[in-house]
Amino acid sequence: MPVVRAHRSGRLQADFFEVEEIKLLHNKDVWNPPVTGAVYGTLLNYQGTLDQMGADLDEPPYQSPPKAPILYMKPVNTLIGHLANVPMPEEEEQLEVGASIGIVIGKKATQVKADQALDYVAGLTIVNDVSIPHESVFRPAVKEKARDGFCPIGPWVMGLDHIPELGQLTIKVYVNGELMQHNHTSNLVRAIPDLLQDVTEFMTLYEDDVLMVGVPENPPLARDGDTVQIEIDPIGVLKNKVTK
Amino acid sequence: MKTAHVAYGGDIHKATYEQDNTIRLDNGQHVAEEDVVWLPPLEPKTCFALGLNYFDHASELDFKAPEEPLVFLKGPNTFIGHLGYTKRPEDVTHMHYECELAVIVGKQAKHVSEKDAYDYVSGYTIANDYAFRDYLENYYRPNLRVKNRDNSTPLGPWFVDAEDISDPMKLQIRTYVNGESVQEGSTQDMIFGVPQLIAYLSGFMTLNKGDVILTGTPKGTVDTKVGDKVITEIEGLGALSNTII
Repeated sequence: MPVVRAHRSGRLQADFFEVEEIKLLHNKDVWNPPVTGAVYGTLLNYQGTLDQMGADLDEPPYQSPPKAPILYMKPVNTLIGHLANVPMPEEEEQLEVGASIGIVIGKKATQVKADQALDYVAGLTIVNDVSIPHESVFRPAVKEKARDGFCPIGPWVMGLDHIPELGQLTIKVYVNGELMQHNHTSNLVRAIPDLLQDVTEFMTLYEDDVLMVGVPENPPLARDGDTVQIEIDPIGVLKNKVTK
Repeated sequence: MKTAHVAYGGDIHKATYEQDNTIRLDNGQHVAEEDVVWLPPLEPKTCFALGLNYFDHASELDFKAPEEPLVFLKGPNTFIGHLGYTKRPEDVTHMHYECELAVIVGKQAKHVSEKDAYDYVSGYTIANDYAFRDYLENYYRPNLRVKNRDNSTPLGPWFVDAEDISDPMKLQIRTYVNGESVQEGSTQDMIFGVPQLIAYLSGFMTLNKGDVILTGTPKGTVDTKVGDKVITEIEGLGALSNTII
């Protein structure tokens, strides 16, 4: 029986639950983000996102395809838990859903090698990297990505011993119950161990930091009142409603 | 008042600046600047940094001045204190310092007007926001590999109370490499000044106590080598020293 780490009932202290037991509590509880560290995102880490940019990768302003991992941050004001509402800015009509696996770091990781990288991972969680839709990826998208409540995360952290194959995970996004996106970690440009190697080469990740592996191509859009569910088996389901 | 975080005698202390070039620990002891280990004067929460925020630096880099602030974020891995060491990777051909006024947010801020912006500032310090230009790529530029490497953002030495700085938009900025003056400017040449930046950021997200805004650097950024001693200085805030290894 998988055991997961969660912050429930408005409590700062983490608790451990058997996953079948905690699933029963789903809809009648307050959930906090299950992590307290820095949250980093990775851009263009699904092959499909690069394929879609196609020849643009060699044109201005980009000039050439990316070499190193492209990262960004979701600051603390963006973090909300499972079942909390994502506040939609008044002037926006729709928001982009960024479904990502979040790698939760288990111990300080500096210049780790891919074949040892998983020793530094506490587990995986689910992240919804919400953005205001934007085309260009030339300049950092802080205004589009760092709004209050734009990073639902959770419900919990599941240890790697309960997750059989990191390269064989399916990501599904439902908006109001309808399947809107379906992708798979076999499509990652950098698989989880390679990503950890290439990021920690220049940047230390600390215990409880989260590194998102990336958002697949064709992110679904959500409007005011929509319920967004990101399902990554066997990790779980992260559910949030978008509201004005 | 100027306060610092230092380690001395196996303990971490708050320290204050004394006129006679010593510092006073919170246990009353007076010690010399070189005898303590300087930590960043605060652990920044969310840290914003500005690119191309001085007219002269933007033109030096061949960019037209941005119409909206060019903002990026920095993580906790990058900050180190006064008298610290920053590594120059072996494959790098152009690594430069950036002396910047760092603005410390003192209380939660949402939709703050330019007029009220200074009410939300608790203090100032100096940041040296090193850039490693070899790693620049044109995606979310400047990206974290250029601007968020381990130990590459010296911060300090002091947290200087906001009330001690009468006009943060009129401060001289100077950088010295091995004693030679290499960068000179004034905060009055910022494109987006402190009040505009607080109004801009708090206009679309909540700022919290302990957030820090690095406000960009003027012209005069040159390559620095292993062994160079880089001192970034801002009028009224002190001098932040760093050695490249």
